Amino acid sequence: MKTFAKLFSLLTVTGQDIRTTGDAALEFLAYFGDVFTPINFGLLLIGTIGGLILGATPGLSPTMAVALLIPFTFRLEPAQGLILLGAAYTSTVAGGAVSAILLKIPGAPANIATTLDGHTMAQKGQGARALQLSFIASAVGGVFGVLLLIFLTPMLAQWALAFGPSHLFWLAILGVTVIGSLDSSSVVKGLLSGCIGLWLATIGFDDIMGAQRFIFHSSVSGGINVIPALIGLFAIPQVITMFAKDRRKLDAEVLTVEHHPIGGAIREVFKRKRALGIGTITGSIIGLIPGVGGQIAGLVAYDQTKKMSPERDKFGTGHSEGVIAAESANNSMVGPSLVPLLTLSIPGSPTAAVLLGGLLIHGIFPGSDLFDNHPEVAWTFINSMLIGQILMCIFGLYVAGLAAKVAQVPNAVMAAVVLGLAVFGSYSVQNSMGDVYVMMTLGTGMYFLERFGFSAAPLVLGLILGPIAEANFIQGSMIANATSSVGQYFFTGPLNLALIAVVVVSVGYSVWMELRHRRYTTKDDAVSKEEALS
Amino acid sequence: MTDLPRTQHIIASGLVAAVGIAVTYISFTQEPAAAFLFPRLISTVFAVLALWTFGKALLGRTKVGNGLSRQAMANILPGLVVALVFVFWAARTLGFYTASTITFFILLSLYDPAPHGEVKTWIKRVVITAGFLAVMYGLFAMLLNVFTPREIFF
Repeated sequence: MKTFAKLFSLLTVTGQDIRTTGDAALEFLAYFGDVFTPINFGLLLIGTIGGLILGATPGLSPTMAVALLIPFTFRLEPAQGLILLGAAYTSTVAGGAVSAILLKIPGAPANIATTLDGHTMAQKGQGARALQLSFIASAVGGVFGVLLLIFLTPMLAQWALAFGPSHLFWLAILGVTVIGSLDSSSVVKGLLSGCIGLWLATIGFDDIMGAQRFIFHSSVSGGINVIPALIGLFAIPQVITMFAKDRRKLDAEVLTVEHHPIGGAIREVFKRKRALGIGTITGSIIGLIPGVGGQIAGLVAYDQTKKMSPERDKFGTGHSEGVIAAESANNSMVGPSLVPLLTLSIPGSPTAAVLLGGLLIHGIFPGSDLFDNHPEVAWTFINSMLIGQILMCIFGLYVAGLAAKVAQVPNAVMAAVVLGLAVFGSYSVQNSMGDVYVMMTLGTGMYFLERFGFSAAPLVLGLILGPIAEANFIQGSMIANATSSVGQYFFTGPLNLALIAVVVVSVGYSVWMELRHRRYTTKDDAVSKEEALS
Repeated sequence: MTDLPRTQHIIASGLVAAVGIAVTYISFTQEPAAAFLFPRLISTVFAVLALWTFGKALLGRTKVGNGLSRQAMANILPGLVVALVFVFWAARTLGFYTASTITFFILLSLYDPAPHGEVKTWIKRVVITAGFLAVMYGLFAMLLNVFTPREIFF
């Protein structure tokens, strides 16, 4: 303990030196000591352990876990609230590996690729080894990802200073269209979901004229509060999905976790450099692209590692490289997914979109001036994620056995608990029953819309980015009326054109991918029909 | 696509299109016009995309989304009714804690795969429900000091 205290005081002294010398690249060190105050470190521990347990529970996705935790952060300082949310985000992604390996049920979509070899290892009696490999690989990937976040974010934030109202308007639209087109199985329905979110954001009184807009019920007279909406859109569909499962079906087979030396697992992870390297780099790159989720990172890394491995035949039969590649990728995605969020207000993943909601309720507006106005909040949060990765690994290795038991919690209990938390959580935001009604209505509606190909992530993003888009649209229109035409202001200039091009390319690429996928699916169907006929 | 999902797709996309058209109509007819500038922009795109989706559903060319099977609907219905009654009536009328405890117990009894005929099963359910009430009360009433419409019991 004394050694820790010495280390922290050394970091604080180094930090003060950096604050005085103003070395921007090492500014994060100046706030490193803040992570280790008793309250902050305690919250980091709670978030990490709680996140591991929540992540191990099938059906509780990281996005939903973070959304349900937001009401608990109201009474905390902004940095403390973000530490809790960041720790939960990191460890739910890693914790999802427990149920993926032991139950063959991914705890989160990010853990789909982990089931391919992880569960086979568990069936062979190597469940403990698979869990250890997954947590160690997650920590290595996660630390790399957060280091990218530390060094890339201030650079991009400086660049973002050049943004005016028209650019910020296009950025908000870009955020919605990118997630709408890339995160959905149908581009049109993804974009439509984004439009619904943007429309929902306009409900209430107009900021400039004070006019009433779309107030069809007293519950929404003050507009739609983001937090109850987030809780409803992510938690309630999960609750109804749990209701939909056949209650007569027996629970999945749970495999026992036997002893395996941790030292051997650490050596094995670093011996499998190819899988670790491909997983970490692929995850980091995918995390930087707004809208591409962790599930894609894990699957792409798994596929690339398999293609480049001389032992590719072993993949799918319980090969450790499969687990290492998938888990290092889905955790290395976490840090970079926050880079566009903190600098440009564009979340890199649905969970990052929920974190954006968490930032806004604490009065923290991401963007170019975040590191100038709130450096203590931004850096303490980022540093806590770095420490959180290590804590996640340590606790993950020891909590795995307990988490396996949590993974067996029956659906009925889970659905009732989540419903209770959603109702209490959304009520506690403003002590308003109206928020509870909004939460339930949006959540129930979203469940049915999801059955028909609509998606919650772009809707949420539309709801969050809507006010930013509108404020900059109005501001830009006023500037345009005074100086030039609206068309000229919004559609000319290199930055406007570049942003419009990115919007068009992302939508066009997604349409192309969708058409290509359909063509292959149709061909496969035709071949199987021909085979059946012959 | 079989008839059930197709009809469901038509109903779902039809409802979305109706909302889209209503929003567009309101945006273009309400005053002051300046307050509806952004909603006009959004609602136009909303209506176009919604009508496109509805048209595809009418033609039976919807490729994404499997709809709901009759079995899934039957499974969902009791739980959903209980949840809606809890949120829209019981929470305010009976108090948050009483209503959530009753709801929790009903949902547990409805969806728990354990046999209903065993006394042990019911004791287990009562214990789990009591544990849930204790945790929720400790968390929200004592830790977060959330003032609910009524106290712990009515």
